[in-house]
Amino acid sequence: MKGLFTEVYAILWKELISGLRTKEIITSVLVFGLLVLVIFNFAFEPGTSTRETVAPGILWAAIAFAGVLGLNRTFAAERENSCLEGLMLCPVERHVIYWGKLAASFIFILLVAAIITPIFLVLFNLPLFMPRLALIVVLATLGFASIGTLFSALAANTKARDLMLPILFLPLVVPVIIAAVEATGLVLDGRPWGDMATWLQIMIAFDVIFVIVSTFVFEFVVEE
Amino acid sequence: MIRGKGTLWNGVLLGLGFALMLAALYLIFVYVPTEETMGVVQRIFYFHVPLAWVGLLAFLVVFVCSILYLWRRDAKWDTIAASSAEVGMVFTTLVLITGPIWAKAAWGVWWAWDFRLTATLALWLIYIAYLLVRSYTAEESRGARFAAVLGIVGFIDVPIVALAIRLWRTQHPGPVVFEGGLAPSMLLALLVSIAAFTVLYILLVGQRVSLRNLGTELKRLKG
Repeated sequence: MKGLFTEVYAILWKELISGLRTKEIITSVLVFGLLVLVIFNFAFEPGTSTRETVAPGILWAAIAFAGVLGLNRTFAAERENSCLEGLMLCPVERHVIYWGKLAASFIFILLVAAIITPIFLVLFNLPLFMPRLALIVVLATLGFASIGTLFSALAANTKARDLMLPILFLPLVVPVIIAAVEATGLVLDGRPWGDMATWLQIMIAFDVIFVIVSTFVFEFVVEE
Repeated sequence: MIRGKGTLWNGVLLGLGFALMLAALYLIFVYVPTEETMGVVQRIFYFHVPLAWVGLLAFLVVFVCSILYLWRRDAKWDTIAASSAEVGMVFTTLVLITGPIWAKAAWGVWWAWDFRLTATLALWLIYIAYLLVRSYTAEESRGARFAAVLGIVGFIDVPIVALAIRLWRTQHPGPVVFEGGLAPSMLLALLVSIAAFTVLYILLVGQRVSLRNLGTELKRLKG
């Protein structure tokens, strides 16, 4: 068990270092996320009640689109420099590579969401301290990362690459987006925990199912 | 030898499908009484539901064949999965066309973001991605592997998508078929129509599989 943890950690560490050294990816993903927030605002009259009802949708559209953009890079960068072969030569099981990549994607999207969400709250004049929103962000991000990491590996090996990931990713994460939007709406309305339970359960179920399924099918995506 | 046997099978299926389709058309347009509240437009129901059923059946076949392909690595399973996905796509597209036609007459709107419509649309988008992955991959074996992965993940996703959308919206009539809410004559028309479309599905998949096999054979002969 300890050996497994060390192996996953080694992959994660490599990802974090290469992520830190190429700061332009996180910067551009963040700027993109902010742009989505701002652009979606133009679609609705400011100050009207419709704006409040669509606020959760705007936040999750921004996080989902920024997430896709970031996820695209997790395997595209490996492919460009033929690093994928090196990674596959690692003396570890294939699913360890998936878990390392998953952890890295999870941290990456979480970081993006952690910066976008407060800006969103400020722009919409909402209270800044929302621990329940943080829980939703964590659960939804894990859902995005589980499907995203698997299909990022797949999309990187197709002809359309960057175009392929959103086409694969977005229809599959529909349940996460619905649950996150609905739960966020309930939090912003100040409703009790009990009301959100169903949505949290859907996200937890999605996370558990797709981390397990992806663990099994990942090796078929990366085999040569 | 094998070809002769296949043709015989095909002929039997074709005859059966033809007879069933004629019977279904007779039942739908002549035999079944017109529904009281919705009027004659309700007859589209006998096409809409069988199409939706066959669409789901097709994607279930994709799921099973995808698992078998990844497990056994026999190209046969991949050929069936690919053919079934194509036919399923056609049927699901027809569901999305017949649905709004019926909705416009029954609800007064083309499209409502209700449970079944939205879930069908999400399903349709997942299998568009399935067909795209295959055509955007350079090597055939890699495309087959990628498609199989999506065929598995996509189908597992379907119930979760349906559940999330169900909690989000509900306007579509419930499954009256299993609750005995359907008159016996209507149930008969529906069942015959389902049988006819299922045979049509098997025929179409059979055609696609043999076409694909001929294509592979041609490539092999060309060298």
